[in-house]
Amino acid sequence: MNPAEIDEFRVQVRAWLSDNKPADPGFLLPETFMEVGTDQQFEFLRDWQRKVFEAGYLGMSWPEAYGGGGQPQLMQEIVNQEMAVARVPFVPNTIGLNWAGPLILDMGSEADKNRYIKNILSAEDIWCQGFSEPDHGSDLGNAQVRAVKDGDEYVVNGSKIWTSLGSYAKYMILIARTSTEGSNKYAGLSFFLAPMTVSGIDPTPIKKLTGEYGFCQTYFDDARIPADCMLGQEGEGWSVAMKTLMFERGAVGGQAGGLSMMDLNINDIIELARRATRNGQPAIDDPLTRDELTKLVLEARGNGLMGSKAKIPALNQTYPTAVAMSSKLRGSELKRKMTRFALSLQGANGARYISEQAMDGGKWQRSYLNAFSATIGGGTSQIQKNILGERVLGLPKS
Amino acid sequence: MIVFSEEQAMLLDTANEFCQNQAPRSAVRDVINAGTAMDPALWQTMVDLGWLGISIPESYGGLGMNLADAVPIFEAMGRQLMDTPLLATTLAAQVLIQDGSDNQKSTWLPKISAGTIAAVAYQENDGNWDLGAIDAVLTPTDSGEFTLSGTKMLVPDAEVAEVFIVSARLQGKPVWCLVSSESLESSQFERETVIDETRHSYCVQFSDVAVSPDDVLPLCQFHPFEMASMMLIAAEMSGGLAGVLEVVVDYLNTRKQFDKLIGSYQALKHPTVDMLLGSELVRSTVYHAATAWRENESASAVETAIRMAKCCASEQFSEAGDRGIQFHGGFGFTYDCDAQLFLRRALWSQYQLGDERYQRQKLGGLFF
Ligand SMILES: Cc1cc2nc3c(=O)[nH]c(=O)nc-3n(C[C@H](O)[C@H](O)[C@H](O)COP(=O)(O)OP(=O)(O)OC[C@H]3O[C@@H](n4cnc5c(N)ncnc54)[C@H](O)[C@@H]3O)c2cc1C
Repeated sequence: MNPAEIDEFRVQVRAWLSDNKPADPGFLLPETFMEVGTDQQFEFLRDWQRKVFEAGYLGMSWPEAYGGGGQPQLMQEIVNQEMAVARVPFVPNTIGLNWAGPLILDMGSEADKNRYIKNILSAEDIWCQGFSEPDHGSDLGNAQVRAVKDGDEYVVNGSKIWTSLGSYAKYMILIARTSTEGSNKYAGLSFFLAPMTVSGIDPTPIKKLTGEYGFCQTYFDDARIPADCMLGQEGEGWSVAMKTLMFERGAVGGQAGGLSMMDLNINDIIELARRATRNGQPAIDDPLTRDELTKLVLEARGNGLMGSKAKIPALNQTYPTAVAMSSKLRGSELKRKMTRFALSLQGANGARYISEQAMDGGKWQRSYLNAFSATIGGGTSQIQKNILGERVLGLPKS
Repeated sequence: MIVFSEEQAMLLDTANEFCQNQAPRSAVRDVINAGTAMDPALWQTMVDLGWLGISIPESYGGLGMNLADAVPIFEAMGRQLMDTPLLATTLAAQVLIQDGSDNQKSTWLPKISAGTIAAVAYQENDGNWDLGAIDAVLTPTDSGEFTLSGTKMLVPDAEVAEVFIVSARLQGKPVWCLVSSESLESSQFERETVIDETRHSYCVQFSDVAVSPDDVLPLCQFHPFEMASMMLIAAEMSGGLAGVLEVVVDYLNTRKQFDKLIGSYQALKHPTVDMLLGSELVRSTVYHAATAWRENESASAVETAIRMAKCCASEQFSEAGDRGIQFHGGFGFTYDCDAQLFLRRALWSQYQLGDERYQRQKLGGLFF
């Protein structure tokens, strides 16, 4: 696309967003796809995704044959940027759009692509992820949910936990143990595109630290899933799971796009610092507060600049993957620090919670508590540091 | 946004290769022990490469590139902990280009392109980072000449410099004036002991030095000089940070305790990852600053970009140097361990033209 075409497209997207941005629903919306806790929230967000898809603004670079737009990736990036600027709601089917979808396009069969891709985009089929288990989270390779082959089905038993969108999902990307033998813990794992609709699968909501809902414990009790749901070969589930995580953490491209969380950036914090008061003064006028805010601005701008540097191969010769592999760590930690700082701008009102008296209805307190979703989910920050140390710096395993 | 051309990438390659071959880190101690102000053969090679004239217009014998194009060179030098009069001389040339008269430029710039060493003398004894805080005075005499009096500190490479650009006050207003080394006695130079032993730093007494009106620069702009200095120092720091990271990663991958490589301990591994991310951050801010300078962005955009680079570099490089010592254990406490070379370089650089706290203070005003 030439610059004029880019500009023209941007204007067009902006206009569409301003015409179609949903009105405030009158109830609190979740901040990320990991926090969809009520049917009302879910329906509202699903309608929004459908509308975005129908306008042609999702999966723009995915192949047309399966329901995508067949357009340059750049167009989707422009849409994503404009969505953030316009502060529209996020699209809820993140696990489908950004992890399962690209995975299926990458290694699924023709039948898989025909069956799943379009409905991922339209939010007709919501996807969830069954990786973590009560006793094995960071140590995902030790997953113990069993899948035993019986004719042309696998019989699944055990439980998965922290299943975001579990109550609404039609499909799950599932990692399960198909063999207890093998040279190491990874060898017996297999990967499934499992239907959630068969009997014996029971997602049970779990209350979050905010007091709301959003994820489940998913119980499997002799659930029979068709054998052709397996993605990759039996026993190769670990490498498929690793590939999924690369999509999930944004370390490789191919995602359908759309926002997966409400945009919250450093400008919001600066604006709050002007508005909020500490001891009767705008917080931003307090020199110590100002210095802390300056540090956060530096961190935010620094993250942006690192993204810009990553696109220049000559400046990334020593550790070419460092920036991409650390983007989830840097982004999630910054958000946690920003929202935590937001409370400190409010004086004694920092102690309030979702209520009319709280600043912005308690949005910041809720945001801070919710910020841990990204520093824990998708591999904790500590695990990210292990990965960066081992895979980027080449340090020995812990 | 960072813009980095093919041409700049080639310069970066050349510079890395040159520094690695001609002045590798392993030779830094020999250079320190030799005690000489510089290595003339090495200097001549740099002159031959055209590095002295990078930002000097072609009409004055330079390469006519942009000062920001020198960033990869300083980064490469920093990585090997090189110290040459290139930094001092490049900055002196920059002052001449910005503030000098045609005559002053045509006298000095061709010489500098050909290897004449020059230095800017701006720092005074109170360690003030405000370049306008000057006690040195330039006093008019009855004969229409001037005399310069004052003491400048932390003057780089003074022993080998043929010309100094000195900041002083003339009737209360700040000015730059040119002082040739010929008008100074060797007793007026005293080598200073600074924390980075690779640096050649001097206290220079200018006591009633005669200055002709032709040697007073028509302009005196501290701001662009300060910005140029910080950009190049931050570039050097970016290289230094990459260098100390390399040393730490090597040690974590070779030293064993409790039958395990120490790099397997998260107490070392995780802060080393922080060092990696710090290094990526600093490099990004440095090349962003170079982009802003080269593209001639607005004064506030350039200042913001450069202060961000100097701020991040000061914080991250000194922290990496500090952790670098700790992660070497007893060996880290020795003079023999390379980590101390980096820590000392980091500290020297951190306190040039404002540490991270000072930069944040300035950035607050630019951001909000
Ligand atoms: C909001 C939210 C949504 C989620 N959604 C999903 C989902 O949809 N599907 C799904 O499968 N999972 C989901 N997860 C689960 C998430 O991936 C796990 O919580 C995460 O991987 C950590 O596992 P754990 O909870 O068992 O913690 P643990 O692994 O028990 O970790 C406990 C602590 O120990 C640290 N730790 C563990 N191992 C190491 C190590 N080797 N080195 C250093 N520190 C270590 C961790 O960093 C953490 O601080 C979600 C989590 C959250 C918070």
